[in-house]
Amino acid sequence: MANPALGRWGGLIVLIVVVAALPLVLPNKFYYDIAVKTGLNALVCVGLNLLIGYAGQISLGHAAFFALGGYASAVLTTRYEWNGFLALGAGAVATGIVAYLVARPILRLKGHYLAMATLAFGIIVSLVLNREIWLTGGPDGITVPTLRLGDMRLRSAETWYWITGGALVVVTYLALNLIHSPSGRAIRALHGSEVAAETLGIDVARTKTMVFVLSAVIAAIAGSLFAHADRFITPNEAGFLRSVELVTMVVLGGMASTFGAIVGAALLTVLPQALAGFDEFKHIVLGAILVGTMIFLPKGLVPSLGALIRRWRR
Amino acid sequence: MTARNPSRRLALCLGVATAVMLGALGGAQAQQAPIKIGSFLAVTGPASFLGDPEAKTLKLYVDRINKAGGVAGRQLQLVVYDSAGDAKQAVSFAKRLIDEDKVDLIIGGSTTGETMAAAPVVQEAELPFISLAGANVVVEPVKKWIFKTPHSDRMAIEKIFEDAQKREFKKVAVIGGPGGFDQSCRAEAVKLAPRYGLEVVANETYGANDTEMTPQLTRIRSTPGVQAIVGCGFGAPTVITARNYKQLGMQNIPFYFNHGVGSDQFIKQSEGATEGMRVPVAAVLVGDQLKADDPQRPIVTDYRKTYTEAYNEPISTFGGHAFDALLIATEAIKRAGGPDKAKVRDEIEKTKDLIGVDGIFTMSATDHMGLDLRSFKMTEIKDGKWVLLY
Repeated sequence: MANPALGRWGGLIVLIVVVAALPLVLPNKFYYDIAVKTGLNALVCVGLNLLIGYAGQISLGHAAFFALGGYASAVLTTRYEWNGFLALGAGAVATGIVAYLVARPILRLKGHYLAMATLAFGIIVSLVLNREIWLTGGPDGITVPTLRLGDMRLRSAETWYWITGGALVVVTYLALNLIHSPSGRAIRALHGSEVAAETLGIDVARTKTMVFVLSAVIAAIAGSLFAHADRFITPNEAGFLRSVELVTMVVLGGMASTFGAIVGAALLTVLPQALAGFDEFKHIVLGAILVGTMIFLPKGLVPSLGALIRRWRR
Repeated sequence: MTARNPSRRLALCLGVATAVMLGALGGAQAQQAPIKIGSFLAVTGPASFLGDPEAKTLKLYVDRINKAGGVAGRQLQLVVYDSAGDAKQAVSFAKRLIDEDKVDLIIGGSTTGETMAAAPVVQEAELPFISLAGANVVVEPVKKWIFKTPHSDRMAIEKIFEDAQKREFKKVAVIGGPGGFDQSCRAEAVKLAPRYGLEVVANETYGANDTEMTPQLTRIRSTPGVQAIVGCGFGAPTVITARNYKQLGMQNIPFYFNHGVGSDQFIKQSEGATEGMRVPVAAVLVGDQLKADDPQRPIVTDYRKTYTEAYNEPISTFGGHAFDALLIATEAIKRAGGPDKAKVRDEIEKTKDLIGVDGIFTMSATDHMGLDLRSFKMTEIKDGKWVLLY
């Protein structure tokens, strides 16, 4: 793009406009509900993209962090009657600590080994949530109370739309800021070459851990919001398939592109709903779309389309 | 009693194939918008034993009702989504049925997990919801808008323990999964055992996606004095439990299952491992063995014939739950004169002496299931067939 500042903030402005204008075309609560799910997935993906897209580290266990946040909110508010916001904060901090503890040993691994380790972590969390029935309610999930702000009960899909939309804009802003800061450049240097980054005086282990913890905390917050918005959570949220889904969203939208992550999340959240009418063919159609995108737009939707537009302009 | 009222009985015997009279009356108003019945069922996934016949039954009978002129002069429109037995998808589809499809009534939730997950959404939206789930928790405590058709897990345990008492057993073991129904069923077993002079000496859980129940069964086998095993669950895990039970050569210990296994598919897929097992089931599964004067016999026979002819496969108790739900719903809509949500809810609650395939329903403000133990039959599986004991 001609003006880098425009490229950086232009996207954010577009995002704000889309979030603000979307309610004009949402016909009913059901669509608001999908918009909320889209926003929450986008939130996780923006965080995950920092790790996968920019730092070049794979995580196949990110759904576990989402679920940890969600279950922290669910369990603390139901079984221990904590305030919802306090539970959200506690969940985020606790997940951050867990992420920090696993990051140190895990992030020494590279490539397939890192993928395996994060995968195993996700499966462990999923097992615990499934089996510790006394705490989590088991595979059928747990009902979460409505979030209260003073006397206000945050209940309707419309309210949650604005909460999620706001959170998405804030997190996107922070992510863009981080990427363009010195720390961000350090993160991106990891992706290129860890050895080179180390020679330049970047503390590789510390930087990796920081990104990992940050993306985990964002996922946990999204999980807490999800638990309250849906007022229900099941261990499926921590499942392997869910982790893969999140990675797919990032890859489909375009790695190392914050807005790509958002577009990928939106596409993969809305498509299954739009295709629900196809019954048995749903999975085939969805699969065909994904395969087609990866063949024709291998860098992901947003970067590939962006390149296409630039070429066309010239 | 309806059973003694010949005209009403006859009408019911015709099943949900609603009175032709209504069709004639309704012909003039056929242009009216259809009454929308929404449904989310576990058509695929581990609980597809349940959801598949339920969906087929609903589709079959909604078609028949429409051909016969609809309900209250209006056609029915059925919207079915496949929740795959997943509580999360159930919630999402419940919202979709309510907000997007704007249905008048929901029948569905093949499993307790799905039902309980969707319950708050339905309660808030205030529309009648007839669940096809087994566990007591669905209707206890009573939720204003929620009803259910299958016998409860507590009734299954009562029936099983009565039988165990007759056979003079003292020590039983319980095995089940981690799902809502299984949990509830096992809790009932532990709670009710002392009343029947029984002691639960082993209480084993397996995982939701386990493919091997041998460790749990081995522990039961090595528990001294176990005289009978009670299985809590439904779908694929029960089949695996049955197979492992045979592989371990444990047939010297009698096995009871709850009504969650009530289909021929269970027997077939267990490959002979179910011989001699005892299961309390709804009358529909042993329809041909009911006494000639049994009030349920005509409707059960009719349902079995209709379903088998349409799909060329044996019936299950689960399809029966859906049949009854649709029957209760259409009867209530008829009495309410239309699909007004509050009126239909009140009418469902007033369901009295309605003969279904699961049993004879009499609901009240404190009972949103309306069945008693009379219509619950104890069966034994002999030569791969359900044989009515009593």
